Amino acid sequence: MRMKVLVIAAAFLAGISSAQASGEKIELPQIDWSWKGPFSGFDKAQLQRGLQVYTEVCATCHSLGLVAYRDLADLGYGEEEIKAYAGNYEVQDGPDDEGEMYTRPAIPSDRFVAPFPNENAARASNNGAYPPDLSLMVKARKDGTNYLYAMMIGYADEAPEDIQLMEGMNYHKYFAGHQIAMPQPLSDGVVEYTDGTEATLDQQAKDVTAFLAWAAEPELEERKSLGIKVLLFLFVLFVMAVAVKKAVWRDIKH
Amino acid sequence: MATKTEFNNPVVRWVDERLPVFTYLDHEYNQFPMPKNLNYWWNFGALASVVLVLMIVTGIMLAMQYTAHVSMAFESVERIMRDVNYGWLLRYIHMNGASMFFIVVYIHVFRGLYFGSYKAPRELLWMLGVVIILLMMATAFLGYVLPWGQMSFWGATVITNLFSAIPFVGDWIVTWLWGGFSVDNPTLNRFFALHYLMPFILFAVVGLHVVAVHITGSNNPTGVDVQSPRDTVSFHPYFTAKDSVGLVLFLFVFAAFVFFAPNYFGEPDNYIKANPLQTPPHIVPEWYFLPFYAILRAVPDNFIGAWMGFTLINAKLAGVIAMFGATIVLFFLPWLDTSKVRSARYRPVYKWFFWVFLADCLLLGYIGSQPAEGAFIWIGRAATAYYFAHFLIVFPVLGWFETPKPLPTSISEPVLKENS
Ligand code: HEC
Ligand code: HEM
Repeated sequence: MRMKVLVIAAAFLAGISSAQASGEKIELPQIDWSWKGPFSGFDKAQLQRGLQVYTEVCATCHSLGLVAYRDLADLGYGEEEIKAYAGNYEVQDGPDDEGEMYTRPAIPSDRFVAPFPNENAARASNNGAYPPDLSLMVKARKDGTNYLYAMMIGYADEAPEDIQLMEGMNYHKYFAGHQIAMPQPLSDGVVEYTDGTEATLDQQAKDVTAFLAWAAEPELEERKSLGIKVLLFLFVLFVMAVAVKKAVWRDIKH
Repeated sequence: MATKTEFNNPVVRWVDERLPVFTYLDHEYNQFPMPKNLNYWWNFGALASVVLVLMIVTGIMLAMQYTAHVSMAFESVERIMRDVNYGWLLRYIHMNGASMFFIVVYIHVFRGLYFGSYKAPRELLWMLGVVIILLMMATAFLGYVLPWGQMSFWGATVITNLFSAIPFVGDWIVTWLWGGFSVDNPTLNRFFALHYLMPFILFAVVGLHVVAVHITGSNNPTGVDVQSPRDTVSFHPYFTAKDSVGLVLFLFVFAAFVFFAPNYFGEPDNYIKANPLQTPPHIVPEWYFLPFYAILRAVPDNFIGAWMGFTLINAKLAGVIAMFGATIVLFFLPWLDTSKVRSARYRPVYKWFFWVFLADCLLLGYIGSQPAEGAFIWIGRAATAYYFAHFLIVFPVLGWFETPKPLPTSISEPVLKENS
């Protein structure tokens, strides 16, 4: 009976994960991310490099609307640095005392300013395609971190012969349907890292993935460290509960 | 509640003489006699009660920060995740709590099926349980719509559209449910109102369910009635201690998901904001609905029409009827099962059918997660047919043909024999 139950439980959990993977199977490259283990978190230097890639490359097309500038404190930036970063962007505010709308430099409590005022403007500049907001991208795709990395490195110069690329589309190894409207955003040396790390395609892809993983789950480190404490506490409580139960039932034959 | 308990504390005594709540608690949760041979499968009712309370508490706290409007709902949930202190914890508890609730209650139900807890005199108790399942499903469906992601929206569209299968008035009912001509802001608003309301109805029905179990007393693994005080121990401290072991273990598993795999049971698509203009490639319900979803899709086009000779019932309606029938049939189980013996321990043939039925339910769940094409269609139909055959054929027939093993004369007998 106990064996049977264990087998069923395992089949059930495996079933749930396999149930979620359907459609055309595209194998994604599997990277050993620094924050995947139960005890591990993000590498701040990597997040800072990822922010640089996002700022210099992705931000020309993609918004990051759920993240506020002040959240960059998680990356190890100080108040002044965040103010300076936010100050590079303009936001519309108002109305002022005269009833006029005006623009002002962004402040830390503002959310990341979007590159386009609305979806239509974004489409107009991108051949009709819409560059989606990246705040939750890592959670919004199956195996999201590996998927994002694959998006960055999956371009090929030549499409295989059996694929007819549509106007303005690019061949992509991992994108569903293999045609993507986004032109290859990264290649060797697109950014020049301020910390001196060599900006290979692979390095930039990993860094921007790390940054977007943080943007999607800024609570990740706090969640895991609290989780360890909770599980430890419950483990001790479990040992105690078993001891109490044994003591209480000692004289009962059942 | 004939005899009143004497309390030392004067305040407690004062209240109890006027409203005997303390006497009630003392009788039902302190002295209450429980069969002493209950195993850990009897933990799951208590676990379900704990999850229900946890869902209500986290739900109320989420509702304080949530905005039920199509242009703000998705962002308001993300605000909870990012800006509300421990908002992520509240939301992940509530989200995973729904899955835990179904796991616990499904186990609770299969426990009942295995040990024959639905049989006389516990029929009404069992039927209240079926009402609980129906309410849980409604509540979970409504709640899943609230974050207004792609699956929220399209799930709501698919499920509400089922009502259009009702003859003559179907379309009218769907429009009425939506509060418009598609799933939109009025729909979200009323779903929020109902999602807040349903758990309290659920709470009341669980209350009746628990009162009912205290009238008949618990069944036990032998299925033999309690005969003398020798067969029982008091609820406290024996079952408070035993339930605590199960509860802490359960909380451990629960916490492992909340803190380390909070999106394990979820669909990535629900982190994309609802977009009525873009249908996701593959609309799947939450895992706990998958077996029912498989049954819904199992009825072939024109099957009923061709068979019964009229087309009033189309395939969609037949599918809907089958899906609800899969739960409704449980109401009749106490009378469909003709065996005099409760526990599968003493029913050598039924025991096998039990495991086959469990496998059938898991298979239906798997089929429900796959696109309705190719071999999946036929497997789904066969598994659906078997599901109903289990209740409508196996249960009645088995009772007549099966020779049960000899029952122990009392709960204590097998124990005393083993120990002598
Ligand atoms: C020139 C504009 C442009 C730049 C720069 C750009 N993107 Fe895109 N991106 C797009 C467009 C357009 C799409 C929509 C593609 C489609 O739907 O075919 C897109 C789609 C995506 C997707 C979604 C793929 C999916 O599964 O739907 C991801 C992830 C992405 N971009 C990441 C990035 C990252 C990371 C960067 C920076 C390194 C970046 N993009 C830079 C235009 C851009
Ligand atoms: C919200 C969900 C539910 C809660 C909170 C709940 C709670 C409980 C509790 C506390 C008990 C007593 C302890 C036990 O025997 O496990 C119990 C017993 C029982 N429940 Fe439930 N229950 C729920 C759902 C259901 C459902 C869906 C069914 C069946 C369709 C069901 C059928 C039964 C039966 C038959 C018993 C008596 C068990 C026995 O003594 O053998 N319950 N329930």
